[in-house]
Order: sequence, then structure tokens, then C-alpha cells
Amino acid sequence: MGNRKKAQSSFLFYTKLDLVEALGKKAKNLQELLGFLKEVPSSSIYFHTHRYLRQHHFLSPEPPNDFAYWARGILGDKLLAEKLFSLDILDFKNLEELRSALIEIIEGYLATNPESMKWSVLSGYEFHFAKSITFVLPLGIEVWTLEEFLEAMKKISIHSLYFHMFDSRLRLGRGENDFSLWLKGELEEYELAVKISNLDPYTNTMEGLRQKMCLLIVKKLHG
Amino acid sequence: MAKLGEYEPVVGKSVVEELFLLAGHLKGRVMQHVNSTAVGGGVAEILNRLIPLFRDLGVEARWDVIKGDEEFFVITKKFHNMLHGRMEKLTKEDIEYFEEVGDFNLKEINFSGDFIFIHDPQPVTLIKKKAEVGRKWVWRCHIDSASAESSLWNYLAGYIKDYDAAIFSTMAFSKDLPCRQVIISPSIDPVSDKNKYLDQEFINRVLERFQIDKDRPIITQISRFDYQKDPLGVIKVYRLVKKRVDCQLVLAGGGATDDPEGQKILEMVREESKDDPDIHVLLLPPASDKDINALQRASNVILQKSLREGFGLTVAEALWKEKPVVASAVGGIPLQVVHNYTGLLSHTVEGTAGFVKQLLQNPEHAKKLGTNGREHIRQNFLVTRHIRDYLLLMLSLEKEGDFIYL
Repeated sequence: MGNRKKAQSSFLFYTKLDLVEALGKKAKNLQELLGFLKEVPSSSIYFHTHRYLRQHHFLSPEPPNDFAYWARGILGDKLLAEKLFSLDILDFKNLEELRSALIEIIEGYLATNPESMKWSVLSGYEFHFAKSITFVLPLGIEVWTLEEFLEAMKKISIHSLYFHMFDSRLRLGRGENDFSLWLKGELEEYELAVKISNLDPYTNTMEGLRQKMCLLIVKKLHG
Repeated sequence: MAKLGEYEPVVGKSVVEELFLLAGHLKGRVMQHVNSTAVGGGVAEILNRLIPLFRDLGVEARWDVIKGDEEFFVITKKFHNMLHGRMEKLTKEDIEYFEEVGDFNLKEINFSGDFIFIHDPQPVTLIKKKAEVGRKWVWRCHIDSASAESSLWNYLAGYIKDYDAAIFSTMAFSKDLPCRQVIISPSIDPVSDKNKYLDQEFINRVLERFQIDKDRPIITQISRFDYQKDPLGVIKVYRLVKKRVDCQLVLAGGGATDDPEGQKILEMVREESKDDPDIHVLLLPPASDKDINALQRASNVILQKSLREGFGLTVAEALWKEKPVVASAVGGIPLQVVHNYTGLLSHTVEGTAGFVKQLLQNPEHAKKLGTNGREHIRQNFLVTRHIRDYLLLMLSLEKEGDFIYL
């Protein structure tokens, strides 16, 4: 029997739009990259670990972060690229933890491969640091039940999905995605909330993620 | 005049709704654009398309063009080349005349916009007016300035620093500047004459008019006749391909009123190709968008063998038409052509020719690249995304912070 419970507080869907701003900092080698990694704002860490998902969300998953992409494609350092690539972003509750992990990987790599500190890329191939300015807008969609939630999930834009899955968890420091928080807190759907939390948005396309979430909800509603 | 409703079938209803939602927060504001030419070249083309769409959204948009004589444009062409990293002889007199023309335009233009967008270096000195009129000022750089000659860049930066923000097309073009630097890629318009669907009958008529054989492969580069677009390199590529595949080459483009070098390059291209009837050099008048569209659609492979490129909108146009593209890995091109996924990136004449042969002989692979290319453009490089970025920029000039709730 599916959940017919009505929430005390509704779920309001928001969407987000990003404007990209360059920070005027560019690294030509790993040492400079490390230096900037330590000082750029956290919105820059977010930007460089999520940009590919945004720009290529319709493709099969691309290299998940700019650091891995630069290490592999420009520095030609496959070992470091793989270490950066394999970072599981879902393990981190906030961006400062993620920043520390990136720093730790690069520092560890430089300690065991000191010669790689000397490699500098040609002019034009530097790593350019940037950040996003994010605008959040209400979509005007409000739901109270799991059935209404499913219908909304089918039609919201990918940007809305993106906001509730990524931005709220890491940038707004909620520690978990908005969907799971509401399902758990309002509809007492603990199992469904965990299943959605465990979906890996970093190795799915956004459309793939939407389909999997809808399937989980349909199963819950109709068995 | 284009209306945003026309874009819904292409980009989806939610994307158009988002634009109206954003524009609602800018009701009553006026954006004013200033550039150096009303016709020819990518900047005029983008403004021609953007301005009616902003008006449709309820944001008043105006467009002024600065006045300059041939001497002024010869100087600014040197600027253009130097920003692309080419050496030019720039004199103290050149700079004095550049500033003199700028001061003349300061008096000619009525700066009434809430947001004033100054495009490229030609009108950059107009920022002098900011102290008097206030407003938000944005400098929009359409040029690949990654290898800009440093003394010229430092001179221009003396003006750019006073703007509230500078816009660059890619991250690689951004600079060490004290003002904000926003990254906004240019875009193409899917419903314009240049990009809309054309039936085969119309395409065939265009080929007939230009005496191009529709039954043999066609390689095309659409570009202004400009040294940086390397039309002579394109002819070399064609000759290497022609050794193995009986093909034709179309080099087609218009002129721009702010580009005095174009005629010289065109003459060189004509001289180089005069003995080969399979090379079609077409100097097209400004109202040739449908012809360009037809030539792109009729092509088997599209080239963009630029030595330097701001963004290379012709690449986006070709990808939108699901054409296989071989393009140089310069400027904004790698953002559009993801190698082996949405097209092929090359670095040399020989490499370009090799890729063209590969595509001509493997139409299935070519088709796959074209299909991916169209989707990539739909998601990232259509005019609706461009409008959205401009709206966001204006909002960000009025509201502080990295996270803005509207």
C-alpha cells in the first residue's frame, strides 16, 4: 500500500541559474594549483567540481571535476588524474571538507612524486580559477503528498533537480539533498529517503538520475 | 521580428519561462549597447538578434554605433591583430587619433541606459563618461585576447579597470584585472535565416546559382576574408584531400565595414584559386544569411581552420545543422568541438586534411559527430542561454553576493 500521508509542511520547488565569474588566478603547475586551491572562495571549489555535470548533463558522465580533467588532459598526469577523479564527493558534508581532500591528494602526490612539481604547462593551457554566482528562483510548484511529489519530479527542469540535489547539500550546508530531507521529515519515508541519498548523482546523467528517482517513488507508491 | 515564443519548440517551455521570470526582476531598466559597426561580423549579428528579444522580455534595449573614418578603423584593426598576438607598428600618433575619435563619440552618443555595454576595443574610451553619468558599465570583449600584446593590453586595461565588469567569451581570455570578470559565451539563433530549417529544393537552387555540383562532396569554410581565418591554409587542406577524394571547396563570407584588410586577403585567395574551377570563392553581401545556411547544409564537411578565433560562431552554426566539423583548437572552438565527440580538433594543415578524408570516407562516424554536436549547441550555445546570462549579469550588478534569492 503506497504512502497517502499529507505533509505538515509542503515541498517548494526552486530552480537555480548560474553566472560564471573568472577569478583572474591561473596556475601553470601543480604547486601554483595547490596554492590557489588553499585561498579561493568555496564557491570556486564547488564550481570546479560540478561544472561538467552542468554543462554536459545530457551526456554520459564526463570527467567529474576540472582538476582531474586538467591533470589528465593538460598535464598528462594520469596517476594524479585518477586520484582526483575517484574522489567520492558524496562522502563530504561541506565544501571545506572537499577542499581539504583535494589539497591532501595533491600534497600527497607531490610528496611521493617531487619531480612533477617542476612541470609547467605552456602559456594558454593554465588552470583558470572561476566561481559561480547562483540565482535561486521559486518555480511556483508546491506539493504535499508523495503522489504530487512524483508528478512534480517528472516535469521540473534539470536545473531545479540540480539545485535540490547538489547546491542545497554542499553549498547551503544542509548535509543531505532536499528531497531526502523532506521525505524523511514530513512523510516519514525513511527507506525511500536513504535510497535517494545513495543514488550517485556524480556518475549518472541528470536525466538518468531523474528516471531512477521516479522509479523508486513509483515502486513505493504502487509496489 | 523574433519573439521568444518561437524558441519554445527548440529549447523547451521551461527555458523560455525562466527568461520571463528573470526579466520580471529588471522591468523598466534600459540596456544600451555600443559597438563599431552595424553590419558585418559576429558582434553586429549577435546584437541584431538579441535586441528584439530583450524588448520582447520587457527590458528596453538600445544600440548605438560609434562613428569613425578609415584611419580610425585601420588603427583599431591593428588593435584587433595585436590582441590576437600579432605584431603591428602602433605609433603615438595612432593612439592620439584613437582617443580623439573616442572623444568625438563621447559628445555624439546619448548615454541613457541603466546598463551600458561597450563592445570590443573600438569604443572602450567611452568609459570616460562614467564619472559624469554614473550607471553600470560593462566592457564586452569578443576577441581571443589570451595572447594579447602586452603594451597594448596595458593601455586598454587603463580604461577597462573603470568598468563595473568585463565579459570574456572563455576563461582562457580573462585577465588580471581589478574589475569583475564574467564569462559569457556567444551564441547562435536557431530561428534566424542563418540557422533555420531549409528544404532540399531551396538548397539545390542555391548550389545551382553558385554553380556548385551537388553530386560531389563539398568542403566549406564560412568566414570573413581575414588573415586569422587562414583561407590560404584551407586551400592547402583542400588540395591534400583532393588527391584522394574528388571534392569541391567553398570559401564563402562577407566583409565588415570595420575591417579594411579584407579586400587584400580576398584578392590573395582569388589569385591562389583562379585555376581550379572546383574552388568556389564567394564574397557574399550582408543579406545572404539564407544562402550561407544553404551552403552549410549542403556541405559534407565544414572547416574552421582559424589561426586565432574569438569564439567562432560558424562552428556552432555548422554543429547546429548536424554537420561534421574539423576545426582548429584555438579560442572558443574547443568549447564547441569536444574532440571525437562533437567534431574533430586539428592543429596543422596535414592533420586537418587527414580528418577531412576520414570523415568523407566514413559517413556513419561523421553523422554521429553531427548528432552530438547539435545537442551540445542546444544545451549550451543558443541565444536563449546568452540572454539568460546577460539578465543574470545585470541582476548581479544590482544585488551582492554569490548566492542570490530572487
